[in-house]
Amino acid sequence: MNFMASKQPENSLLGPEADSQRTLYPYVTGTSVVALKYKDGILMAADMGGSYGSTLRYKSVERMKSIGKHSLLGASGEISDFQEILRYLDELILYDNMWDDGNSLGPKEVHNYLTRVMYNRRNKFNPLWNSLVLGGVKNGQKYLGTVSMIGVNFEDNHVATGFGNHLARPILRQEWHENLSYEDGVRLLEKCMRVLLYRDRSAINKLQIAKITEEGTTISRPYSLKTYWEFSAFANPAQGAVGTW
Amino acid sequence: MSKSVIEMPPKGGFSFDLCKRNEMLAKKGVSPPSFRKTGTTIVGLIFQDGVILGADTRATEGPIVCDKNCEKIHYMAPNIYCCGAGTAADTEAVTDMVSSQLQLHRYHTGRESRVVTALTLLKRHLFNYQGYVSAALVLGGVDVTGPHLHTIYPHGSTDTLPFATMGSGSLAAMAVFESKYKEGLTRDEGIKLVTEAICSGIFNDLGSGSNVDICVITKGAKEYLRNHLQPNPRTYTSSKGYSFPKKTEVLLTKITPLKEKVEIIEGGDAMEE
Repeated sequence: MNFMASKQPENSLLGPEADSQRTLYPYVTGTSVVALKYKDGILMAADMGGSYGSTLRYKSVERMKSIGKHSLLGASGEISDFQEILRYLDELILYDNMWDDGNSLGPKEVHNYLTRVMYNRRNKFNPLWNSLVLGGVKNGQKYLGTVSMIGVNFEDNHVATGFGNHLARPILRQEWHENLSYEDGVRLLEKCMRVLLYRDRSAINKLQIAKITEEGTTISRPYSLKTYWEFSAFANPAQGAVGTW
Repeated sequence: MSKSVIEMPPKGGFSFDLCKRNEMLAKKGVSPPSFRKTGTTIVGLIFQDGVILGADTRATEGPIVCDKNCEKIHYMAPNIYCCGAGTAADTEAVTDMVSSQLQLHRYHTGRESRVVTALTLLKRHLFNYQGYVSAALVLGGVDVTGPHLHTIYPHGSTDTLPFATMGSGSLAAMAVFESKYKEGLTRDEGIKLVTEAICSGIFNDLGSGSNVDICVITKGAKEYLRNHLQPNPRTYTSSKGYSFPKKTEVLLTKITPLKEKVEIIEGGDAMEE
């Protein structure tokens, strides 16, 4: 069950040859994930874009996956590292099922496992370049937490990764309240995703919203948001100010 | 380098002669003094009768808040105001300078200043200094051609927008604007939205804080609402103030007048030369 060290570490992690043995930069990346707790569980939203630097390379990347019976994982950052994390979690859930004892790993446990994995990888200077959002419901208890690539983890009523921290969290801090209904939660998430679509250059207008409750997980089909571009100042911005745009 | 006989006239712009020395000092561990920035949230929006500008009031020097209640909305002309983010000295100097230039222009032409005049003067100056004058401005006003709102970046580029935000808190404020702005807002709705956007910056950005300043400019009138909202009052203040427990007792009073060492010449000349 050796899933901590994928390669034998060299004696020194510094120096040119050692660089090929650890992650230095991300290549195919996903942008923000936004999630919040509502009355019946957790709602999470992420768009479906995988950018390769400044090119929009992949437009159907599912960045949210359900884990076991009780959890939902959303990831931003390097897509290949996300896929690797899914394999680790697959193995974890499999071993848990093999005990066949009627107990199953809940979101708190999975979150703790992920924190340990991410932190230990960063201590070896070979991080998994992701910011993860882990949400779930077990025995009526809702849980929503996040782990970053350096191992910073915390739990809150609403979380976001990447640009979502700057653009979506202010809106959530103002408008989130306990016991949101499903429709209100979706409306709030869509509000955040719309602002991200306007102001994040790596966001695309094709998103999924996932819901996890005691009953299980549902990930919606991909859809797009309505945007508004009809402000009169956009019609002729150079009027009266030549040279501007 | 030998001194040449021909004295070259000083070229415009900044002189970078000391850069090498500064680099050498930095390597030895001598850090330059940090300058006062206005890590900031400034916003502007166009409503149905004119323009509303808003700003927070915190000025920072690195990690320290050096001024809890500074003024970031600067006067340019009776009908034009400008919010400034970036290095405080740069925003104040550049807005002061253009304000004086506008006044002279008003005397010359006998007409009310236009927002595009201020815009052009500012962007020409900033472009001239290639971004070294670190001033990011939100310029708004109402003139004969109508209400205008522009943003000006330190390198000299400008945008004309219906709503704009600048500064470190601009993302938090823009999130509020993007979700709630619509055309044809009334005065009260506009003020409420601007206040919400600045508060979003104050509470979600560490570089912004303290109070909210608002300036409403309409045709022929302007209202400068200094500290329109104060969402960060001192939490605990003692109502009775501080009283010293025991006064120092006076044992002896002796006054010695100082001897005059200067002779005063009556009716001396005024300062000459």
